[in-house]
Amino acid sequence: MSTAHDVVVTGLGATTPLGGDVASTWEALLAGRSGVRRIDDAEHEWVERHQLPVKIAAPLAVAPTEVLPRVQARRLDRCEQVALVAAKEAWAQAGLGPRDDMQVEPERLAVVVATGIGGAVTLLDQDDLLETGGLRKVSPLTVPMLMPNGPAAWVGIEYGAQGGVHAPVSACASGAEALAWALRLLRGGEVDVVIAGGAEACITGITVAGFVQARTLSQRNDEPERASRPFDVDRDGFVLGEGAGIMVLERAEFAAARGATVLGRLAGAGLTSDAYHITGPEPEGIGQSRAIAKAVRDAGLEPSDIGHVNCHATSTVAGDVGETRAVRKALGDHPVLTAPKSALGHMVGAAGAVESIITLLSIKEGVIPATLNLENLDPGVELDVVAGEPRKVDLDAAVCDSFGFGGHNAAVVITGA
Amino acid sequence: MADNTEILSGFAEIVEEVAGIDPAEVTVDKSFVDDLDIDSLSMVEIAVQAEDKFGVKIPDDQLAELKTVGDAVDYIAKNQ
Repeated sequence: MSTAHDVVVTGLGATTPLGGDVASTWEALLAGRSGVRRIDDAEHEWVERHQLPVKIAAPLAVAPTEVLPRVQARRLDRCEQVALVAAKEAWAQAGLGPRDDMQVEPERLAVVVATGIGGAVTLLDQDDLLETGGLRKVSPLTVPMLMPNGPAAWVGIEYGAQGGVHAPVSACASGAEALAWALRLLRGGEVDVVIAGGAEACITGITVAGFVQARTLSQRNDEPERASRPFDVDRDGFVLGEGAGIMVLERAEFAAARGATVLGRLAGAGLTSDAYHITGPEPEGIGQSRAIAKAVRDAGLEPSDIGHVNCHATSTVAGDVGETRAVRKALGDHPVLTAPKSALGHMVGAAGAVESIITLLSIKEGVIPATLNLENLDPGVELDVVAGEPRKVDLDAAVCDSFGFGGHNAAVVITGA
Repeated sequence: MADNTEILSGFAEIVEEVAGIDPAEVTVDKSFVDDLDIDSLSMVEIAVQAEDKFGVKIPDDQLAELKTVGDAVDYIAKNQ
């Protein structure tokens, strides 16, 4: 039974390294396909030019410029383009109608769309133009294309959202944090509908170089599809991905009144911060554990109710095992884990949103996608991880974890419709 | 030196590239703001491209005076 507190999911949208929409991404995940590939090609000429030791990434399966109208796309950074692609899919599924005749009052519609980095591609391109052509070659759209609130702002304009447009920025936790803030807006009764999620497109020379120097990326260049291997003893870092994930969230009563189809529920969220180190997680996983526990309490559930955790697990040596300690501390030994970054790479500010969508689909479809490349489980992981084949499950509630540079910890609880 | 017909046709190509407006719609009587819905950011892009294409300078104070397509064509014709 719904209460005024409840928030339901009525639309899903995504564009990822595995597919240009939710259905193709989900199908590829279940089929065990990897979105990771070599990128030392003409499009990424900077890999060779700078002799970067990382020659792999997880680029989008479908370029957003193939989907969006040309004139709309040319005014947008790639991270804004992917946000719109995913928002359009989610909005269409929610069935809220066209902008000029929608079923929600514009003042009761908000947007919370996050990014970790923002318009890195624009910043680099426009700096090149300034250097080579001078001031007059710089686009007047430079600032709106690089600002990290750009993806949220464009989604708001697309649907005429006048109830507030917000863009939380918390590195790799951004997408999940966006869902958490959306939940608060809806529970507070401030708005009826929120378009929420995350977007990222920062596969550039400088971001890859920076991650390389921080010693965080896998250098398994000869086996791209085997490079992202969370929880495996031979993991050597994450693979940078790009994409977007968007959910349409509604107050349950509002969705019921308009007869919307409910796909699942955003039942709870927990946000904490480590206040420990700018990139490294606090080694005991206390902050992560508190985020998970807080999300479960927020959902009005007990740890025993959570059957599954969709892990942040990026395939770094320290991070993966630390997360499993946090899961055990918060929930116990019973949840079944999976790590979708093994297939999708790390979509930074989009990761938490796309992975929350995957978590919802795992509950709805009764199947958890396998963690790819998990051949020898790290002995520090004393939990059950789905590997090899997807696993059929009957789930009532699941947690999705996202943690970011800066010590940001976000966990959301998803339950069935 | 391009004549006014050539300037109009070249200018319409720029407007199509920047704002996606059908060149047939870009006629001398049209107002950039009221008829073609072109915003100030796109006007800057159009001006920079027109400067390159026609070898003219369009200072900001002049750009602000170009209200219609005809204003722009006349300005380019006089200053190229």
